[in-house]
Amino acid sequence: MARLSELTEHERDHLLSMRDQAPRLEPKAFVRPGPLSEARVAIISTAGLHQADDPAFAPGEGATGYRVIPGDVNPATLMMSHISVNFDRSGFRRDSEVVFPLARLRELAQAGHIGSVADFHYSFMGAPFPPTRFESKAREIAGLLRCDRVDAAVLMPV
Amino acid sequence: MSAIGHYLESEGIATAAISLVREHTEVMQPPRALWVPFPLGRPLGVAHHADFQRRVLRALLSLFERASGPVLEDFPEDAPADVLNEADHAQGEACPVFFGSQTSLSNASTAAQLQAEIAALAPWQALAARRRGASAFGLSGLAPSALANTLVTLAAASTTTASDWQRVKLAVDDLRTYYEEAAAAQPAPLPPAELEQWFYRQTAVGALLRDLRSVGMAHADAPVRLIAERMLIPRRLL
Repeated sequence: MARLSELTEHERDHLLSMRDQAPRLEPKAFVRPGPLSEARVAIISTAGLHQADDPAFAPGEGATGYRVIPGDVNPATLMMSHISVNFDRSGFRRDSEVVFPLARLRELAQAGHIGSVADFHYSFMGAPFPPTRFESKAREIAGLLRCDRVDAAVLMPV
Repeated sequence: MSAIGHYLESEGIATAAISLVREHTEVMQPPRALWVPFPLGRPLGVAHHADFQRRVLRALLSLFERASGPVLEDFPEDAPADVLNEADHAQGEACPVFFGSQTSLSNASTAAQLQAEIAALAPWQALAARRRGASAFGLSGLAPSALANTLVTLAAASTTTASDWQRVKLAVDDLRTYYEEAAAAQPAPLPPAELEQWFYRQTAVGALLRDLRSVGMAHADAPVRLIAERMLIPRRLL
């Protein structure tokens, strides 16, 4: 269904228009994180995720706010307050791993496939337009990830 | 998501992104991306299928082993169908959402119809929350019946403000979660796309949302018109 040919014409036109208007960011940095079996991995989501006692995301907070998700959170207690109504939420309602695979990541760490799981993960409420509006907060999170000794981040859109 | 990849990478953090819209990723060229043929909203593909989710995640993590980039690869598998619990394995057609007997309510007020729907769904929503370990319902901090009253009051109000409508957005998200969690917990539940259509097209709350959209789109304030036009009903169902 994320194949454009399988979407409604209205939806397809909207997504193609977003593509055509998006700024072009030249590929520059490419960091090699070292052996995967030693990498410390964090999840960055744009699904508007947070814990129940965090404030819900406000309209317009797409790039200017994020919520911290501690690594010891019970994933089943995560909430989603994304502003968009145009993506599937039924998967998340059943199983938050389909959006935020923290338990899967923990399993891969236990199996030795990755080195460890970060102590902290982060969620924005994407997608702001233009996406360059993420820059300030993304660089802020990079500092937090370095303090958490994170080598690699997996990025999870909705 | 691609922009975040560029910024984190330039700060020394290696990144690998799931791509849901390949056409966007092609032009944004993040350092590493794995395109997946899954519905928007499901970057890992399918709920309650740890093996499949693990395959997606391992394919994504394997991109960290590439020597140069940008990398954009395709995940080769489509997502399997949803499975919620053992009962879902039973063969057969999906059943309509059970709503109690609504016939006697066809002439009732919208408020009364909403309260009847909420009451009929209550035990199923509680079951859904027990199965999941917690409910995704509760964004607004209000009970379902209070949320319904908020929407009914707004639709009938002679004057409304932008902040009234911003609160409505969370109320709608919450009510949709309540209805769809409940409906998905019933025997032989409808698949997700049909569940969404049921919520918006076959319930009293769905009818109320269409009314609210019309009211909001005629509002004098542009932010209210924006909320009404874009944030109450999905584009694909207009």
